[in-house]
Amino acid sequence: MKLTQLSLFLENRPGQLRVPCEVLGKAGVDMLTLSLADTREFGILRLLVREPARARAALEAAGCVVKETEVLGVEVPDRPGGLGEVLAGFDRAGVGIEYSYALASGSRDGRAVLVFRVADPDGAARRLLEAGVKVLTREEVLGG
Amino acid sequence: MRTDPVEGAPGFHPASAPDYLPRAQLGDLQLRRLKAIVKRAYDRVPLLRERMTAHGLDPSAVQQLADLGKLPFTVKADLRDAYPFGLFASPMEEIVRLHASSGTTGKPIVVAYTAGDLEVWKSAMVRTLACCGLHAGDVVQNAFGYGLFTGGLGAHYGAEALGATVIPISGGNTERQLMVMKDFGVTALCCTPSYFLHLLERAREEKVDLGKLRAGVFGAEPWSDAMRRHIEAEGGIKAYDIYGLSEITGPGVASECAAQDGLHVFEDHFYPEIIDPETGAVLPDGAEGELVLTTLSKQAMPMIRYRTRDLTTLETAPCPCGRTIRRIRRIGRRSDDMFIVRGVNVFPSQIETAILAVEGVLPHYQIVLTRERGLDEVEVRIEVTPEAFGDTVSALEGLREALARSIEHVLGIRVKVHLVEPRSLARSEGKAKRVLDQRQI
Repeated sequence: MKLTQLSLFLENRPGQLRVPCEVLGKAGVDMLTLSLADTREFGILRLLVREPARARAALEAAGCVVKETEVLGVEVPDRPGGLGEVLAGFDRAGVGIEYSYALASGSRDGRAVLVFRVADPDGAARRLLEAGVKVLTREEVLGG
Repeated sequence: MRTDPVEGAPGFHPASAPDYLPRAQLGDLQLRRLKAIVKRAYDRVPLLRERMTAHGLDPSAVQQLADLGKLPFTVKADLRDAYPFGLFASPMEEIVRLHASSGTTGKPIVVAYTAGDLEVWKSAMVRTLACCGLHAGDVVQNAFGYGLFTGGLGAHYGAEALGATVIPISGGNTERQLMVMKDFGVTALCCTPSYFLHLLERAREEKVDLGKLRAGVFGAEPWSDAMRRHIEAEGGIKAYDIYGLSEITGPGVASECAAQDGLHVFEDHFYPEIIDPETGAVLPDGAEGELVLTTLSKQAMPMIRYRTRDLTTLETAPCPCGRTIRRIRRIGRRSDDMFIVRGVNVFPSQIETAILAVEGVLPHYQIVLTRERGLDEVEVRIEVTPEAFGDTVSALEGLREALARSIEHVLGIRVKVHLVEPRSLARSEGKAKRVLDQRQI
């Protein structure tokens, strides 16, 4: 049920986001979505890509500091109150959220996909499914 | 404990015999050489004669080793002022080699050698490399710079005379250094410690095996014990510190032995004193101060009481290796490397130690000094490594805070810590430039 996310350390100055994106472009790696966490001095770029291993190799060869993190993809009904229902499921399952962002591919058939970083992703996925939260498989997230 | 050299034992080189002289015999030799060199300097170098005369002294003032303390010092500015040949004690036809410093802070300094001086230098480097456990059969990659800098040729001739196989690769071209190291079966490497860190980093990135490398002979810049532990753990080698300076001979003035507990000074040629850097008074063995060296055998350019600006102590306790020559403590600090911030004396090596105390961070760092509205600020830029990089903002803030706390713990002052991207700080193939002083005073 887990997705492999790549996190990159970036200094907070103009032009820093462009470099990794160009590296991935040259390597022909498709980005599914990205999220930026920033402070005054530095940022963390989080990426979901189709081929994480190849992406990581290309980024490291370009001198980037890359960390792999396992995250969960969760289906969210795309209507008012939809996310609230899903988060109620997180509460029932006793799963805390470290951070979250949306998949850029948007809503399909009235359903959106959100990415969640949680502690113990395997155990959390099991408990979330039991609590009625629809945790997606890798194929469901990446597929057509 | 062994007190005599074991001739024929692995690693023992005949050139090392003076390392094991009984102290009384060494003292006699030193005094005989000291009297001769002071007379040579007085007779042949006008500046040194004028200085002694001004103090009411002549060579007869030196009757015992302690009398050396009466003589005036020589400082780096004297060599600059005498540029190029003003301190030479031999006629040009007897001088067979010239070296010079880079001269980045003005005129370079020029140093000269007779054929005999080169022989002494070579034997001192043989003793240095033997001290580091090298022997005939070793394959030595010499990545000290060749040319006017004394490091390259000094290590080169010493390693050849030891009977090792020398690869004169000089500095730079990291890819080729790694290829040669692996393909030629290199067992020992000579370079600056910061350049070896760079080699290690690239070897890891390119997944290059360091092959048979077992020893690093590191010199030409101050480094900390923490950096040594890091290098030894990451590189799987023994890292030895060697010491020397062009003004005295080049590398080969002092070296660590297998005990890695201080550097043996080859004091039958280079006589060490420790002085109070403020007053110039000679300090007793074991006290920390500035190292002052006198060349006891150099013919072309005798140095009388040369102030090195390096801070250390003289150790007299017997060394487990059996050598009787005294040791200086590893030099992590130079009196001219020190900077003062808000009244606190700070050395880069202290900051290095503090950074390494925080797990997982390589010591690629730079210290930037600025002055804002009359107040000094210290900023330490530290590259983030994959090991230290946490995926969350709070983890990175935590890392930065841990580094700031560690530095504050060592220095007693609060500094700004900036985490920067890998390889964003300049790498040096020679001495690392650690401090950027941008203060407008």
